Amino acid sequence: MTIHQLSVFIENKSGTLVKVLKLLKEEGIQLIASTIADTAEYGICRIICSQPSKAFEVLKAAGIAVTLTEVFAVELDDVPGRAADAIEIFANEGISIAYLYSFLLGGKGVLIFRTDNAEKAREVIVSRGLTVVPEKDLSKLL
Amino acid sequence: MIWNEVKECMSRDEMRELQGRRLHKVVDYVYHHTPFYRRKLQEMDITPDDIRTVEDIVKLPFTTKQDLRDNYPFGLQAAPQSEIIRIHASSGTTGNPTIVGYTRKDIGVWSECMARCLTSYGVGRGDIFSVAYGYGLFTGGLGVHYGVETLGAAVVPASTGNTEKHVRLLKDLGVTGIACTPSYALHLAETMEKMGVSRDETKLRVGAFGAEPWTENMRKEIEERLGIKAFNLYGLSEIMGPCVSYECSAQHNSHINEDHYLPEIVDPVTLEPLPYGQQGELVFTTLTKEGMPLLRYRTRDLTSLEDTPCSCGRTSVKMTKIVGRSDDMLIIRGINVFPSQVESVLLSMPECAPRYLLVVDRQDNLDTLTVQVEVRQEYFDQGFDTLTPITELEKKISARLKSVLSISAKVQVKAPNSLERSEGKSKFVIDNRNIR
Repeated sequence: MTIHQLSVFIENKSGTLVKVLKLLKEEGIQLIASTIADTAEYGICRIICSQPSKAFEVLKAAGIAVTLTEVFAVELDDVPGRAADAIEIFANEGISIAYLYSFLLGGKGVLIFRTDNAEKAREVIVSRGLTVVPEKDLSKLL
Repeated sequence: MIWNEVKECMSRDEMRELQGRRLHKVVDYVYHHTPFYRRKLQEMDITPDDIRTVEDIVKLPFTTKQDLRDNYPFGLQAAPQSEIIRIHASSGTTGNPTIVGYTRKDIGVWSECMARCLTSYGVGRGDIFSVAYGYGLFTGGLGVHYGVETLGAAVVPASTGNTEKHVRLLKDLGVTGIACTPSYALHLAETMEKMGVSRDETKLRVGAFGAEPWTENMRKEIEERLGIKAFNLYGLSEIMGPCVSYECSAQHNSHINEDHYLPEIVDPVTLEPLPYGQQGELVFTTLTKEGMPLLRYRTRDLTSLEDTPCSCGRTSVKMTKIVGRSDDMLIIRGINVFPSQVESVLLSMPECAPRYLLVVDRQDNLDTLTVQVEVRQEYFDQGFDTLTPITELEKKISARLKSVLSISAKVQVKAPNSLERSEGKSKFVIDNRNIR
């Protein structure tokens, strides 16, 4: 039900992000979505990409602080208000969103997020009939 | 004005004679009351009878802050506990603070010496004097407080913090004098400007500043912004507290209350005494103290002494501006901070590597301390999906530092191997304050 996301710790110094992206480039790994959460001193770069396990190994071997996290990817129709509807479902169940970002893929909207209660989130996704995007489909759509 | 003309204007010969008599007396006293000194003197085969004149001081052993720590809490106290009426403490590097107990007579001497300082600054009866040093274990607040009362001026025990309220009091009460750290004085000036209170709306005319190093430029700035005369006030809790030396109307170098605190300058490496005029480490012997008398206490402050006649009429020896420390101690917001204290906190945290950098700065005239520390590879390798564990770790380190250092530090967690490594001697401290 979930997909793999890379979370990379990045210090706010020029060249650190380039180093990460170049390593992925050299392995022919393609980015599907990415976002950076930052403070004054450092940030976390979150990446959805092709071959996440391989990407994880490559970055790890290069001494980069990286973790492979399972996140939800929910597909929505590309019309106004769908994201609000989806998040409201979780809010009504008392599930908090830790972080969230979105992108368009093949004419559909995709919401990537992590919650404070993965177990309950799974149940809600099933019971409310939300469409999740399987990991293999993400790469297929590229 | 001079508070005690007899003592402050004694001829040099009379002073040396008085010091010699008092030195014999204090050595005799510690020999019979402090096992620590009795043992040291016996090992050196010295009896109190060998100490008759002030020149004999070179025969005596030195005392260091480490001796105070090793004998924590009351090991160097000479007076029986029943005679102690006050206890102060200053921060220590290993978690052991330095404890100083005072007898009633000690508090009296302290107040007298402090009254001499204040009189020298031009403070007297009828003045309203605000003490904005911290009240508490730190000697600054209560030390100056008792001096103001002895002098007969009215003391306002403002302490530190709540600067806006303090500005209001200065204005509404017509406060004429203030004692605080020089950086707090500038902070006060800034707060006044922010509140739209001009210097002419206050009656402030004199300030006593100390507990941290300051420059001539800071003096000019304080005098200009607050519309006052700014004077240096020097002291250390091991010897007494603020009152050890003070500037006079000449505003040039500080007169030492040398009938109570006998100064020497020694080479910090060889410990050989140095003549007047030469720069070295300042050493004090308390001549009249009962609670915790100290022989040849090494202050670690680097300065020189001069006994040239002063335009103010005082004959006491003067110490020049402190030019540095013979150890790595930092003075931040008036609080002594040793890098080793920070290190011991960091090493107690399994997440932290023994790689750190202390950055001292001055923002809005207040000292700031930033502690950058690398985390251990094992901790770092687990990776982070959110920044929460890092900010939590920073908060945890910051809280521990606060409890050990007594001041707040900003903590920045760094990735392993991200702090610059210099060739040879690693640099652990960057002091950007430019106060030399």
